[in-house]
Amino acid sequence: MNNRKYIIGFSMAFLGLIFIVRLFYIQVYTDKYKLDSRNNVLRYITDYPARGLVYDRKGRLLVYNQAAYDLMIIPKQTLPMDTDEFLNLISLPKKDFIERYNKARKYSSRKPTVLVSDLSAEDYGKLQEVLFKFPGYYTQPKTLRKYPLKSASHLLGYISEVDQQIIDQQPYYKMGDHIGRSGIEKQYEEVIRGRRGRRIILVDVFNREKGKFEDGAYDTLAVSGKDIYLSIDAQLQQYGEQLMKNKKGAIVAIEPKTGEILAIVSKPDYDPNMLVGRIRTKNFERLKADTLKPLFNRALMASYPPGSTFKLINALVGLQEKVLTPDTKYTCYSGYNSGRFHMGCHSHASPINLEFSIQTSCNSYYSNVFRSIIDKYPTAEQGFNVWKNYVNSFGLGSKLNIDLPGELGGFVPSQSYYDRYYQKGKWGSLTVVSLAIGQGELGITPLQMANISAIIANRGYYYTPHLEKSGFHQNIQKNETGIDTANFNLVVSAMEKVVENGTGRAARKEGIAICGKTGTVENPHGEDHSTFLAFAPKDDPKIAISVYVENGVWGARWAAPIAGLMIEKYLRDSISDPALEERMINGNLINPDEE
Amino acid sequence: MRNRHNIFQLLDWTTILLYLLLVFIGWLNIYAAVYNEEHQSILDITQRYGKQLMWIGAACVLAIGILLIDFRFYSSFGYALYITMIFLLIAVALFGTEVKGARSWFTFGGMAIQPSEFAKFATGLALAKYLSSMNVKVKDLRTKLISGVIIILPALLILLQPDTGSTLVYAAFIIVLYREGLSGKYFTVAMSVAVLFVFTLLVRNLEWNLPFDFTLSGGWILVFILAIAAVIITIVFRKIKYVWQVVLVLFVLSSGVIMSVDYVFDNILKPHQTKRIDVLLGLEEDLKGAGYNVNQSMIAIGSGGGFGKGYLQGTQTKFDFVPEQSTDFIFCTIGEEWGFMGSSILISLFIALFVRLIMLAERQRSSFSRIYGYGVVSILFFHFAVNIGMTIGLAPVIGIPLPFISYGGSSLWSFTILLFIFIKLDSDRLNIL
Repeated sequence: MNNRKYIIGFSMAFLGLIFIVRLFYIQVYTDKYKLDSRNNVLRYITDYPARGLVYDRKGRLLVYNQAAYDLMIIPKQTLPMDTDEFLNLISLPKKDFIERYNKARKYSSRKPTVLVSDLSAEDYGKLQEVLFKFPGYYTQPKTLRKYPLKSASHLLGYISEVDQQIIDQQPYYKMGDHIGRSGIEKQYEEVIRGRRGRRIILVDVFNREKGKFEDGAYDTLAVSGKDIYLSIDAQLQQYGEQLMKNKKGAIVAIEPKTGEILAIVSKPDYDPNMLVGRIRTKNFERLKADTLKPLFNRALMASYPPGSTFKLINALVGLQEKVLTPDTKYTCYSGYNSGRFHMGCHSHASPINLEFSIQTSCNSYYSNVFRSIIDKYPTAEQGFNVWKNYVNSFGLGSKLNIDLPGELGGFVPSQSYYDRYYQKGKWGSLTVVSLAIGQGELGITPLQMANISAIIANRGYYYTPHLEKSGFHQNIQKNETGIDTANFNLVVSAMEKVVENGTGRAARKEGIAICGKTGTVENPHGEDHSTFLAFAPKDDPKIAISVYVENGVWGARWAAPIAGLMIEKYLRDSISDPALEERMINGNLINPDEE
Repeated sequence: MRNRHNIFQLLDWTTILLYLLLVFIGWLNIYAAVYNEEHQSILDITQRYGKQLMWIGAACVLAIGILLIDFRFYSSFGYALYITMIFLLIAVALFGTEVKGARSWFTFGGMAIQPSEFAKFATGLALAKYLSSMNVKVKDLRTKLISGVIIILPALLILLQPDTGSTLVYAAFIIVLYREGLSGKYFTVAMSVAVLFVFTLLVRNLEWNLPFDFTLSGGWILVFILAIAAVIITIVFRKIKYVWQVVLVLFVLSSGVIMSVDYVFDNILKPHQTKRIDVLLGLEEDLKGAGYNVNQSMIAIGSGGGFGKGYLQGTQTKFDFVPEQSTDFIFCTIGEEWGFMGSSILISLFIALFVRLIMLAERQRSSFSRIYGYGVVSILFFHFAVNIGMTIGLAPVIGIPLPFISYGGSSLWSFTILLFIFIKLDSDRLNIL
């Protein structure tokens, strides 16, 4: 029996040793439990910075943040209450409430869940006064983007919560962050978003805050986003949208001296407030499915043939290449004929000089001019490349690098394009003569068209068109065309005649020297497109504009009067011909039978 | 009378010092476990540390009272105390206040008393009295049966409450029986059954697909392997007499154990108990449910590192990640705030106490005192082993307190009575002829 006391004693001591070894393993040897303990008590709280506001050139507010509130619920803390009173306040049907309550409880009875998101300020005000009667509920502030003018949707863009793809690509973003998805919101995202702040707090097992970790040594403050000032004139922008109501097309207005965009309208569009908050997803799907493509920004993304407006460039190239003088005369008898080739023209006097050819937009004249440019050189390829370099110097065939996402460069065919299409050496000036009158393969965006107008207004150069005025845009360049000012002056006088007494009479405004050029673009799918480019005043241009109205038939019918009204509005802030204005606003080219 | 004069000289101060040290450590850590900035006064009796302080005071009074009572009282009234306790256990099972589904408590006003705690020392006294009687030898079957009844009766009554943890504590008395001559064979058999049981649990979900759509479950695979082993052993040792009979008996018994596992697991144990065992064996990972307590407890202890986060600096325990942190999981607070140093010192203190108690028991002249002493050390050791074992993932979660350390009046008083009766008996050892 005597050795049993040792057996018992040693067994007990041995178990103590096992415990000590085990403790050594979990306390000293492995790090597993130390990491888990941090995950238990540390919570990383994100402080979201206020997103920057957006103003127009005169300081009018275009985008701001509106406080909104989410009604949160912590099911465990709720008590029996007057449910009817409560639901009345937040206008929520009882059935929905029960459903959401059960869902919240299923998720977690201790953690907060959103019961109602985006409470309006009024509902919030009513609720806040009596919320103390309803334990377990509280409101959590957040901000929503608001667009007070309900205008400039394409230009301003919209924001949405980041998805996994963005988080994977851009390490800054975390779940719950918002990011600009289009327009200015996207372009200036890094300026406008500010910087997120982070606090580390200690929490207990019920997720209750217990104080700062290390007294806030690792916390960072949120930095608000910077405000953005745009060159847009909100009044002009809205006016343009009004004029383009029920039409498809675009208006772009530029201040020629600076390259600042004054208005950029694309129709059809939508109210930017539709893509905010909890209605965003539903509305976005609806807009995306719309056959009129309201999400498509025609001003930057639609590549249209320029039509007769392009004759201005051919005239300038001809003058610069010295194959054309103001006195060069060509005949036109209802069109241009060469061998078996015929290109139609409307009836007018003949023969005509340069000025009159612009005034009356003669196809025949420009076929001759274009061919004389190409044929000046030994081969058509050489001539074509000289011509193409001039065309490119007008900012065509490549992006202008406006500070908006999604811009297209349009299309100017190259020599290799024609070599592929017609075989090398098998094409000449006559083969591609439709370029003379802005048809054929050419593709130009309304922005590029307005920029041509700005170049002519400036007599030979342009600044990179841009929207941002407060200094975040670093890349504004002056671009020269290499064509003499004298040549521009010749074309400018002719353009003045276009409006005074030519195809663009519909744009005429008493007392404003408007220079313009109409265009009618052949459209194989329906009515021709109506286009017009203009600038004013002639000697000190303040605005250069392009208007493109799809299915507008003649340049003179829709595009020219709209351009005239825009110019008058911008320069004078009043309208001299209300009847014309009304006719333009009420014109419906989408569903013409409705009127 | 000599003993009156020397009462304090003859007391074993080593044991008393260890006792006071453990109680003090317990109180410090209860304070840490429930500490918050709003209630800082240590005497705040709305807080657990304030109450525990009161109970410690009462325990000291109890201890002194026990020391003042004549030592013969404990042996003379051993059976009477035992029977009283049995009646109390019956009463509490019938009329007790229900807390968390168990009738374990009598409440008088604001006080709550847990009779199952006090039944431990009474059982210890009764067992000691019985085994120390004339002509009683543990080797006799009759002795084993009667001892078994003395131990199992209160255990069964506690199981009725139900309080599985406190019931299991009575298994500790097997150590006493072993010391008094119970054959080691019983331990061997018990250990073998336990090992076989656990092993069956580990393999019972295995399946072995045989031809003809015949599937062998884990238990049957084990029986199959045992059968092959039995045949091989019989052939190899065929020269030994009775070998096949012995092997056959062993085989039948083992198969019985294996086959009983499913029944015991699915029908006798409750779902939460089987889950705790599965989690302990690593058959199931359930960090949100059954495994939550142990996982959080190990996180708290593990985060303490070598030297701990410092007193009152624990985050895991202070922010309530560990459940029952001032009672059953008090060791987490110690592990987190005092680290490996502190927790191994605490374990050493307990081992020192156990070794000291065995020494005291062995120096008794009367077998009553010795047997009772072993009862004390067995009960304390069982609590220590299971309580700390569960917090570090070595034992299933069984809700029993850590002696002298855990919060709770009943448990502190019952451990104090248990220990001080023995200290009293020890101090009077020279008076027994």
